[in-house]
Amino acid sequence: MRGLRITWAVLRKDLLLERRSFELLPAMALLAIGTMVVLKFSFDQDEISGSLAAGGLIVPLLFAALLGISRLFAGEERDAGIHQFLLSPAPPGAILAAKVAGLALVLAALEVVLVPAFGLLLLGPSLFPVLPQVVLVLILLDLTLATVGGLVAGMALGTRSRELIVPIMVVPLTIPALIAAQKALAPVLAPGADPLVWRWPAVLAIYAVVLALVGSVVGEYLVED
Amino acid sequence: MTVRALRPLTILTVILLAVGFGMAFFYAPLDVDQGFRQKIFYLHVPLGIVGLCGFVLGGIHGLINLRTGSPESDLRSYVTIHIAQIFSVMVLITGSIWGRTAWGHWWSWNEPFLVSFLIVFLMYCTYQPLRLSIDDPRRQARAASVFAVVAGVFVPINFAVVRLAAQQLHPRTLNSAAEGDMPGSVLLTFLLCFLAIAVLYATMVRYELLSKSTTFRLRALERRVGGDDLIPRRSSVPQA
Repeated sequence: MRGLRITWAVLRKDLLLERRSFELLPAMALLAIGTMVVLKFSFDQDEISGSLAAGGLIVPLLFAALLGISRLFAGEERDAGIHQFLLSPAPPGAILAAKVAGLALVLAALEVVLVPAFGLLLLGPSLFPVLPQVVLVLILLDLTLATVGGLVAGMALGTRSRELIVPIMVVPLTIPALIAAQKALAPVLAPGADPLVWRWPAVLAIYAVVLALVGSVVGEYLVED
Repeated sequence: MTVRALRPLTILTVILLAVGFGMAFFYAPLDVDQGFRQKIFYLHVPLGIVGLCGFVLGGIHGLINLRTGSPESDLRSYVTIHIAQIFSVMVLITGSIWGRTAWGHWWSWNEPFLVSFLIVFLMYCTYQPLRLSIDDPRRQARAASVFAVVAGVFVPINFAVVRLAAQQLHPRTLNSAAEGDMPGSVLLTFLLCFLAIAVLYATMVRYELLSKSTTFRLRALERRVGGDDLIPRRSSVPQA
């Protein structure tokens, strides 16, 4: 219970800092929309659908998530904040849990901008009829990206070349989740919108749960000193 | 542990490899569909299975290191992963050779085993850079152990997901064995080759452990001779 209270306190502090500085979310949104524009010219098609559309939504989200993950502990590393946190009697895992929750919320907030932009810039078929399915898959993908991101950012804490380590570790670790999200979204975003194949959201959910369990066992060791 | 203590294991490895691959070439019959190229499976499949088990073993040693903080388990985790990485390179090379002879091209993105192996290999390629980027040995050991545990859990999940997602062109060697489709002579040869590769893995792990512990002793002597002025070299190898 105390751990949860501390997690909530760290999460609230991070969200407050982001609301006041408002630097990470706009940067992530700019990168994601910029990637969409690049994809638009790479695909060289007026409108896309199906598998291509699923990729067109997931790739910008992954790039934006990479940006968020590499900045995850930026606040704590400034002025040795992490050491001050560790001097307190708070459980070390609480800060990691707060970072995972914070990243998931930031990704969800990003999608409020990203999904309509995707519907306007890239997608051929209308987004409205399939919006609940798309939102469900994106929420599960956010949870997986946030869990992987929290673990990798924790591992990269105190490394000399974090900006190099984070992307090369995050991309392979998220590939199963990206495949599952792509397979889930492809039929939904196809012309005529086929129903969601539930196997893929289930795979995403299982992956997120397994990573969260592993994170809960090993996460505390990442922020010990 | 000394080189002399490893001699029986080395001799056993050489005998098993000679007998196993001798049987693969001179005892096991030619496959009706695939002909001579099927022989590569006696090397490719055991390398793949042993390599993946090596990654999982690295995760187990990593977990022990997190629980106990013992530098020896970190070294074991490092060495088991390192040898599994070498086996993985061999798997990718032998798999590509087989793919070229069977499908006419070196790589197929529709083949889940190839793709999932590549993903696992790419992920473990970040293990040494992660270690190298952390100077503090304790912190390096802890971050590397967390990586080993997460990646060890990731290996089977990744295989399951990629296998669900893609068509399967790759022959299912273990399924054939379990369903009794494999002739007795082929199964016996395969099991012997598998044992030979597993023992080869164990031998290589023991040799690398011996090499590293000898290096540590040498460095300790260098420090005694050179005093505190001796600057330690940057390394991704665990520092005892």
